[in-house]
Amino acid sequence: MTNEAIIQLKDIDVTFHTKGQTVNAVKNVSLTVNRGDIYGVVGYSGAGKSTLVRVINRLQRPTAGTVSVNGQAILNLRPKELRAARTKIGMIFQHFNLMASRTIADNVDYPLKGGSLSRAERKDKVDHLLDLVGLTDKASDYPAQLSGGQKQRVAIARALANDPEILISDEATSALDPKTTSSILELLKRLNQELGLTVVLITHEMEAVKEICNKVAVMDEGAIIERGSLVDIFSQPKQPLTRDFINTATQIDQALVKIYKQADKLDLGDTQQLVQLQYVGDQTDSPLITELYKRYGVVSSILYGNVEILQDTPLGNLIVVMSGEPDKLTAAWDYCQEQGVRITHLKSKNSEVA
Amino acid sequence: MTFFAKYFPNAVTMKSDFIQATGETFYMTLFTAIVAGILGMAIGIGLIVTQPGGILENRAVYNILDKLVNLCRSIPFVILLAVIAPLTRLVVGTAIGTTAAIVPLVIGSAPFYARQIQNALAEVDHGVIEAAESVGSGPIAIIFRVYLKEGLADIIRSSVLTLISLIDLTAMAGAIGGGGLGNLAINVGYSRFESDVTILAMLIILVIVFAIQLIGDLLARRVDHTA
Repeated sequence: MTNEAIIQLKDIDVTFHTKGQTVNAVKNVSLTVNRGDIYGVVGYSGAGKSTLVRVINRLQRPTAGTVSVNGQAILNLRPKELRAARTKIGMIFQHFNLMASRTIADNVDYPLKGGSLSRAERKDKVDHLLDLVGLTDKASDYPAQLSGGQKQRVAIARALANDPEILISDEATSALDPKTTSSILELLKRLNQELGLTVVLITHEMEAVKEICNKVAVMDEGAIIERGSLVDIFSQPKQPLTRDFINTATQIDQALVKIYKQADKLDLGDTQQLVQLQYVGDQTDSPLITELYKRYGVVSSILYGNVEILQDTPLGNLIVVMSGEPDKLTAAWDYCQEQGVRITHLKSKNSEVA
Repeated sequence: MTFFAKYFPNAVTMKSDFIQATGETFYMTLFTAIVAGILGMAIGIGLIVTQPGGILENRAVYNILDKLVNLCRSIPFVILLAVIAPLTRLVVGTAIGTTAAIVPLVIGSAPFYARQIQNALAEVDHGVIEAAESVGSGPIAIIFRVYLKEGLADIIRSSVLTLISLIDLTAMAGAIGGGGLGNLAINVGYSRFESDVTILAMLIILVIVFAIQLIGDLLARRVDHTA
């Protein structure tokens, strides 16, 4: 992974005028994607993320701002130059958008038609692409005969036909079941590693981002409200919306609901505290719970535990009840913070937690 | 043949007239279909690409085409025949006869076909058009390799519909001097109270229509891979 910017969006505004109404779909957004990134753009539907990425290949012309892809000022290109530039920016869609009247091989061949390759070269290329996405045996089938996951693989093969350096994925897994979603994400990850493909992944599912992205931007109402590396965003989300997305992805929300119910029954006294411990990286391996007991005699009973591996970095979440003398609890608390563990006191009953 | 002679006493004596009339109907239908087909297809594609949100969006061109199609479509064909007689004379030198009938037939059916084509192409998924744009296809490639290819089954169905309504129009044109089976049915059969002639002319037209429908359905099903 280099730090060379391959996509640079600067101060992008997109405004739609429909029937006297003005909609600011994208408001003053700047975004830089480096070569080799898998950049996730997360947001609820209507947040403007699809509109934003359509600006990259000018399927959507921005009202204001500049777009640079591979050093080319996309907005200044003449139609012919734009078409040439688009061959280097692949795109896949939520509803696959395959041509029903063409066979799988013909769909993949479509972007090569009218190009410089001979018929034989095109056939080799199509065979190679179908092999890459694992659909060689479906070459002469029609899209209607394929499952959703297979259709998306065909769409990926088509998007890669002209050897693009960038792949834009517009909610490409949103219409797929979880298992198929994983396999498509794995394929994208593999293409990223093997071909050095830069991927911009739009989604409303943080799970998808969690699985393959190295960077994330969170969009809301046309603006990017938070951005950073995957590990930073997951370990220290700042915006409530980001936390929402992350909690949904880690399923900590469901766990908390149950724990609160349980905590009410436990009837925690002065000597007990319900806390959440979060730690990143190596600390995951250090025997924190044991240390707390050895040093302070504080007993921690684990109610919930989860470790995510993000970009090879472990990210742990524990919810425990700590029991001990009040001053020992305070000391234990300080010790956790010294160790770089984020510790949050959870108050039972509907309190806001991270 | 005795059955035929018994129930079609007049028609049986008019074998050569029927052959000639059927030939005239085919001639009018075929030539009109070629000219109106090209014209209607061009206008239909023009409408689809220039419409708001189309790949060559152009409000002025779209409005002109749209109004033109509506205008031609609102004139009843019988009146159109009379109104454009001067134009017909200008184009083919006469306003009477089979060839002369082709001019009003084209003007009567091309706008209808254009609308049919527009509707057929509107069925092509916008996402597919967008996907084609995203791989760098230009307008010409999108028209020929996406719209016409993806819309082919619907185009065939629309063409069948237009062809059948065109045969309907040839009968009407025939009745006022264009010849063909319509002429035979009305000016001979109906006027002379030889209703067997009218019925036979009608039966021949029915056979032609059924044949076109059958072939069209077969073709459409062959190119349709949506299910």
